[in-house]
Amino acid sequence: MTTLIVNGDSRTIEASPDTPLLYVLRDELGLNAAKFGCGLGQCGACTVIVDGKAVFSCVTPVMVLEGRTVTTLEGIGSRDAPGPMQRAFIAEQAAQCGYCIPGMMMRAQALLNRDPHATDESIEAELQPHLCRCGTHMRILRAIRRAAEEMRPKTVEARTAR
Amino acid sequence: MMQAVSRRSVLAGAGALIVAFRLSGTHAQTETGTGGSPSKHGLPGSLDDTPRIDAWIRIDASGAATILTGKAELGQGLKTALLQVAAEELKLPLERLSLVTADTARTPNEGYTAASHSMQDSGTAIRNAAAQARELLRDEAARRLGMSAASLQVRGGEVFGTDGKRLGYGELVRDQLLSVDAGQTSRLTSPADFAVMSRPVPRVDIPAKVTGGAAYVHDLRPEGMLHGRVVRPPSYGATLRDCDVARVERMAGIVKVVRDGNFLGVIAEREWAAVQGMRTLAATTNWIEREALPDEADLPAALMNLPSRDTTIHGTGNPGAPGILVEGTFSRPYLTHGSIGPSCALAQLEEGKLTLWTHTQGVFFLRDAIAGMLRMPAENVRCVHAEGAGCYGHNGADDVAADAAILAVAVPGRPVRVQLMREQEHAWDPFGPGMVVKLKATVGADGAIADWHHEVWSQSHMMRPGPPGTLIAARLKSDPFPPAPPVALAQPEGGGDRNAIPLYAIANCRVVSHFVPDMPLRGSSMRSLGAYLNVFSIEAVLDELAVRSNQDPVAFRLRHMEDPRARAVIESAASRFGWTARVKSSENIGFGIGFARYKNLEAWCAVAVEVEVIRLNGAVRVRRVVAAVDTGQIVNPDGVRNQIEGGILQATSWTLFERVTFDRTRVTSVDWSAYPIVRFDSVPGTVEVHLVDRPGDAFYGVAEAAQGPTGAALANAIRDATGVRFYQLPITPARIKKAMDA
Repeated sequence: MTTLIVNGDSRTIEASPDTPLLYVLRDELGLNAAKFGCGLGQCGACTVIVDGKAVFSCVTPVMVLEGRTVTTLEGIGSRDAPGPMQRAFIAEQAAQCGYCIPGMMMRAQALLNRDPHATDESIEAELQPHLCRCGTHMRILRAIRRAAEEMRPKTVEARTAR
Repeated sequence: MMQAVSRRSVLAGAGALIVAFRLSGTHAQTETGTGGSPSKHGLPGSLDDTPRIDAWIRIDASGAATILTGKAELGQGLKTALLQVAAEELKLPLERLSLVTADTARTPNEGYTAASHSMQDSGTAIRNAAAQARELLRDEAARRLGMSAASLQVRGGEVFGTDGKRLGYGELVRDQLLSVDAGQTSRLTSPADFAVMSRPVPRVDIPAKVTGGAAYVHDLRPEGMLHGRVVRPPSYGATLRDCDVARVERMAGIVKVVRDGNFLGVIAEREWAAVQGMRTLAATTNWIEREALPDEADLPAALMNLPSRDTTIHGTGNPGAPGILVEGTFSRPYLTHGSIGPSCALAQLEEGKLTLWTHTQGVFFLRDAIAGMLRMPAENVRCVHAEGAGCYGHNGADDVAADAAILAVAVPGRPVRVQLMREQEHAWDPFGPGMVVKLKATVGADGAIADWHHEVWSQSHMMRPGPPGTLIAARLKSDPFPPAPPVALAQPEGGGDRNAIPLYAIANCRVVSHFVPDMPLRGSSMRSLGAYLNVFSIEAVLDELAVRSNQDPVAFRLRHMEDPRARAVIESAASRFGWTARVKSSENIGFGIGFARYKNLEAWCAVAVEVEVIRLNGAVRVRRVVAAVDTGQIVNPDGVRNQIEGGILQATSWTLFERVTFDRTRVTSVDWSAYPIVRFDSVPGTVEVHLVDRPGDAFYGVAEAAQGPTGAALANAIRDATGVRFYQLPITPARIKKAMDA
């Protein structure tokens, strides 16, 4: 038995300790966003945030996650109340098939959480582990830049100027 | 019942081979599997096959409409575009429409969702059916109100009379009102009055995809669902010598191990247990393999040496006119579809009836193939489309559906979800075939092309189901089906010879198609089929002719182009790119252009690029891309842009990075490290797509239009930067560096 904090809730996991986090999220907790892409950490489709860092859930056994905090795409907003990253992807229509997108959104979210002023270059570099086969890259980059703008803490002057 | 008996007796008695030929004979001559025969009813798009209006449009008592299509959402934005077309003609707000996509129990049979045909087949059918439904509703209102139909106005799902009276669609619709065949003419909305079409309506599927909604077949979890995995043979034609089924059956959580001939599968309560069972089973299995693959190091020669059926598909003038000669042997390797999500299906057998949720491109053909494989009557098999990861053609979707079907039959009543592993998707993909083009041309003293001779070698690009033998599982079973016969797609759309006939005006021109019936590697349909290499080769030779005769590549193309819409996209791409004023900021910079009208029948697309070639290591940086596209009447401009941008990025990946590798026995490029594709460090600096709007025109297929022109533009730009012409794909840094060091 392993206990994880998933999207703010404490969850007790019955799966065997060697089970990769991905299968726990999808099959036990019914969370759809993290996807099986390769099982090898080569494509990024399974990416979630663990204690603030983007990790490949397909190669992370739950046994190493006891007591740790896991955030999936479902934890940063919902269809009815989308978060800034989700609003940005919808605004830029940054998906074709969309299968790779949740993993990219989570890595971008982790980056912007720790560095709200991430440059275009650092966003591109951060996404290097992720594959998109539809060729949506230009829109994905635009969406993340848009989310960054929205998530950036506004300065006092900017706030009063409004 | 009579049908079932006769079908079963055909399968049992006459033999599978005959079934396979019968299926391929009726279905497989076009890439969509429909439309190959003369018009039945003289109706537009798929209405010709399914003329009943209520096969496409249903309106309920609340006035809401359900639209039915036999095509499938593949991530190309089809759902949104079809809803736009229906909303526009029905004069109903978008939110009052729902859409049912490909389902053998509910929707029209529109063959495969392929060949960029969906808007012209289904979009045209739905547009006309919706317009005629609107007129039927208006006529009914006229009858009830005692007014002339011409005096009535239709908007917002209501019909308005002159005296303030109005009737909603829900009140007007009655049994049988829409249960009529479509007529020959439809009163289509004029583009000037469009309120929904020709607008960038946001995609209806994106919100669920970016918030963790159940968006894919992978996300279905019905009560009692089991997880299946298969063990594939390590190579084509491998036969199973022995395996330790009992050991796997003893493992915790394993429900069943299924062995049927060379087919192996495990079923488990949990997904991870299924994966572990699969791995253990694979590790305890011994296979007998044989060396049957060609020498990859000289694939072009291997392909050209195979027996071929040769057809001159185009011949004008007299060959051999003299001039400056350009010739080359162009080749592409086998390419993999490379869906980011390995294929997945869910199957359930209940009371002798099998239901499959699948991301196949052709639910009706898959149903026939699976029914054939299981020797079940077709009416006892239902295939329901549910989205998968982008497929770009015939990937593992049909194969995994067959796997799931076999496993579901082993545990009646329980739904079984099967997903392929990455290495299975990569190794057993029906690849985009390796191909060769030999092209020889001359430019005369007057600067015009004097002679053109194009020959193309390719295996089939169309090995989809119907015949059960197209499915891996059907070939592996102990009572295997024979391999499906190779299908040569005919001109004018063509298969390996798609776009082999140049659109340019060339007086002396000969094009020969060498159809290779053998299939050294498993192959089938992949985005744009042979068009990618044919356009790549044509546009490379044009470029070379222009350079060697001191003519500007854009001016040289325009000089030989009579089609005004082709000229318009070439001119538009060139002017937006700043072609005439282009200046190399360093000697490492190169500029290139490529053009094609997809299939010589669909959208027109020109692509101009600027690249920088890093001399030290041969790496190519794509600095900017400018495309111009004419797809006729645009339904969703942002959808067209998304498809063309995606096509540009994907074709860039094919051109610079991609190659299926193999030794004499096995495919060896079985993960993303062995089969690299474009990553974020290689994306272009900018990509601009300019749309040529043609209000009131027909829909022309656009989703594959950028593939050939992008590849060609890149090769031409690399030539401009390095002085070296590359004939062999992919144009990798290693090949560039070697050529430049030489």
